[in-house]
Amino acid sequence: MIEAVFADRIQFAFTVMFHYLFPILTMGLGFFIAVLSTMHLATGDQRYASAARFWARIFAINFALGVVTGIPLEFEFGTNWSRFSAFGGGVFGQTLPLEGVYAFFLESGFLGLFLFGEGRVPRVVHWLAGIGVSLGSLLSGYFIVATDAWMQHPVGYIADSAGRIHLKSFWAVLLNPYAGWQYAHTINGALLTAAFVIGGVGAFYLLLNRHQEFARLSVQTAVVAGLILSLTQLFPTGDMDSHNVVQYQPTKLATMEGLFETAKGAPLAIIGMPDAQHGRLLDPVLVPDFLSFLAYGDFHATVSGLNTYPQNLWPPVELTYYAYHIMVGLGTIFIAIMLLGMFLLWRRRLFQSRWYLWILMLALPFPYIANEAGWVVAEVGRQPWLIYGLLKTAQGTSANVAVGETVFTTLGFAGVYLMLGLLFLLLVGRVIHQGPQEETV
Amino acid sequence: MNIVWFWTLAVMLTAYAVLDGYDLGAGALHLCLARGNEERRIVLNAIGPVWNGNEVWLIAAGGMMVVSFPKVYASGFSGFYLALMVVLWLLILRGVSIEFRGQIDHDLWRAFWDAGFCVGSLLIALLLGVALGNVLRGLPITANGYFQGTFALLLNPYSILTGLLSLAILAWHGCNYLRVKTDGALLQKAQRWSARLWWAVVVLVVASTAATLLLGPGMGQNFRLYPLSLVFPLLTLIGLMGGFLCRRNHDRGAFRSSTAVIIGLLTSAAMTAFPNLLASTLDPSYNLTVYNASSSPHALLASFIANIVGMIGVIVYSTYVHRTFAGKVQLRDHGY
Ligand code: HDD
Ligand code: HEM
Ligand code: HEM
Repeated sequence: MIEAVFADRIQFAFTVMFHYLFPILTMGLGFFIAVLSTMHLATGDQRYASAARFWARIFAINFALGVVTGIPLEFEFGTNWSRFSAFGGGVFGQTLPLEGVYAFFLESGFLGLFLFGEGRVPRVVHWLAGIGVSLGSLLSGYFIVATDAWMQHPVGYIADSAGRIHLKSFWAVLLNPYAGWQYAHTINGALLTAAFVIGGVGAFYLLLNRHQEFARLSVQTAVVAGLILSLTQLFPTGDMDSHNVVQYQPTKLATMEGLFETAKGAPLAIIGMPDAQHGRLLDPVLVPDFLSFLAYGDFHATVSGLNTYPQNLWPPVELTYYAYHIMVGLGTIFIAIMLLGMFLLWRRRLFQSRWYLWILMLALPFPYIANEAGWVVAEVGRQPWLIYGLLKTAQGTSANVAVGETVFTTLGFAGVYLMLGLLFLLLVGRVIHQGPQEETV
Repeated sequence: MNIVWFWTLAVMLTAYAVLDGYDLGAGALHLCLARGNEERRIVLNAIGPVWNGNEVWLIAAGGMMVVSFPKVYASGFSGFYLALMVVLWLLILRGVSIEFRGQIDHDLWRAFWDAGFCVGSLLIALLLGVALGNVLRGLPITANGYFQGTFALLLNPYSILTGLLSLAILAWHGCNYLRVKTDGALLQKAQRWSARLWWAVVVLVVASTAATLLLGPGMGQNFRLYPLSLVFPLLTLIGLMGGFLCRRNHDRGAFRSSTAVIIGLLTSAAMTAFPNLLASTLDPSYNLTVYNASSSPHALLASFIANIVGMIGVIVYSTYVHRTFAGKVQLRDHGY
């Protein structure tokens, strides 16, 4: 028999990971669209307008899927995680409705104006609507990340004698120290993904000799923005996000680094396969002392390993470890790809180097993988806690929902999402096939 | 503060019913009312720019319930587990149908999404009413505050009646919205349907009011305690009368009437339930009320301030969007 909490976790993991595929691009692409329409307003150059319109069509499809897959998540807090909602709702719920009220209204409302309002409203209003869409999606990202940050590092509450928690400070929850860098890193990841998407589509057109002008603009933007963003993904945002973990979640740190034994001058494992049963890392490639340096800025600092903690407080070791190494490994590869592109741009060979355009085009899915892997680190690495240090995951489920119901609805979601995924690819594929429209009206 | 939050949620849900109600209703009638691609596109364009913003009222209300009455959210959502999952799938179906129909220019493609839009809207309208019926009727909530809602439990005669009522009203409301937004042949059809649906609404309002009063002696109590609250049912009555007077012309008046009916009914329902949010059929002491199911006073206050400031902005802004897209729908190249 499947355990209830396992069924709930699988369902949540599946639905949230599917949802996140879409906001990545909404948040990232929204920003680039806002930039393009600003350029159009400033220069009057029609190329920017048609590029903005092209990306807005992809944005709209993406947004629709983000909305329909996001609503189930909010429901699931009540349906599958009801004891969690009843326990923490008064505190973590502070940020959740704000997302709806401030951000989604901004976003979905302005989107209507942006997509349908062209020609109906003054140009400045249309431009403002574009900015509003982008700000709205960035803001909703913040409220969600702040909610998650509270689960990683609960603040701003007091516990009473019965073990219930109550809100103490609204601002402490909203300005959780964990949220800042986590947000920066998440948004940076979304922008980086958008850069890769823009570059990938541009490269595709260049390889086919279609829409040359649009394609050059895209590839160039992608390489310049992508280099900056892939660097800031590592430093400062990734590095500072790791410091959150160092400071607040030592078990997660030890797990994602595969550090089983506490060590003074702990090594950084570049490669290696964890063997949790015997508490060791197989076939490792290690950089001596480097982990101590990364975590504490001192090559000789002591980093506690998993052996310091009772085994029932360990997160699932293998998944967390590999997810972390996939994310960081891909991050390194992204930097390399973009450096190469920058070099070619500088030598003025970027648009002729077909082999590089192939790389750029095929790289398109990988930022998605890195983003999802990052969330797996954050969420699986938090286990067995649902709210770190306060509530175990197993205590947060709905006791009155049967396992069979959860399994049934998970299968239902799998079917529905399979269809949605296929539809999404079909429709985005069509937009890309049609290409940016040259000025008609 | 607890009472303020109760009414805030009531207002949020009422606003949701009024706003999303017209696009749900328009969707439910879509297949019968609009014939041919041209007319169907008009219907979709009438709701296209606003449906998503309207739906956000529901999501925001859900979020607000998490923070203000977490125990109700927990109990109600887990109790209605399967029913809510079905609603979710319908919401997905409906949202996708609206957005994707126009993406590919092919008859079968469009026919498929038209059906999806219609079925999705229709069932959602029905199920919202069923849910409300069950909340009013009471649920087998146990001492720990939870219940397990099977379909056999949820689909009882009373809630089916309220479900039909909700479907009829929203269809009428959606029809009236289309009367405002369309002209020509479509307008005439909408007027005819609106007149027919008015009768259905009247019959169902009377039937469900009677059924509610028969549920238990406590049902009308609040109205006796606070006679001023009789304005709520009065509003329903005025709306119904208005609907009768406007059934042939005065399209705007008709829309205002159905709005009044919805507001009147939902506020009456809230008044009937108060102070319970979820009543227990097992033992009144297990009821989840505005007092025993709320979060702490500080949490209520903080979230109220934070949300109200935002809501004011939202109201200003949605008025602007509705203004921008006011008037009869004109079909244009980009659009649905
Ligand atoms: C393009 C995507 C991408 C790339 C290349 C990276 N990350 Fe990342 N990472 C994310 C996308 C991401 C994310 C999806 O945005 C996460 C998930 C949760 C979060 O806060 O951000 C994340 C989480 C995350 C966490 C866990 C935070 C927590 O548990 O709260 C750490 C420690 C890092 N990252 C550090 C890094 C480092 C040192 C990288 C070096 C290159 C790196 N990430 C590359
Ligand atoms: C979109 C990015 C996110 C992804 C991909 C993600 C991924 C996951 C995964 C893989 C799990 C399962 C972990 C496990 O059971 O071992 C999980 C659990 C969970 N996450 Fe996230 N998460 C994301 C964002 C969030 C946010 C923003 C919140 C809070 C608002 C959140 C709340 C939860 C909850 C309540 C659970 C279930 C309890 C648990 O298993 O810990 N997640 N998530
Ligand atoms: C458990 C976690 C999550 C929940 C409960 C959740 C909830 C929702 C809901 C209800 C919507 C639809 C709102 C509408 O109708 O407009 C939505 C869309 C959205 N979500 Fe999530 N979400 C989660 C994870 C995330 C994460 C981690 C991010 C980004 C950091 C994110 C960013 C967005 C954005 C930008 C949208 C707008 C639509 C889109 O961009 O596709 N969400 N989410």
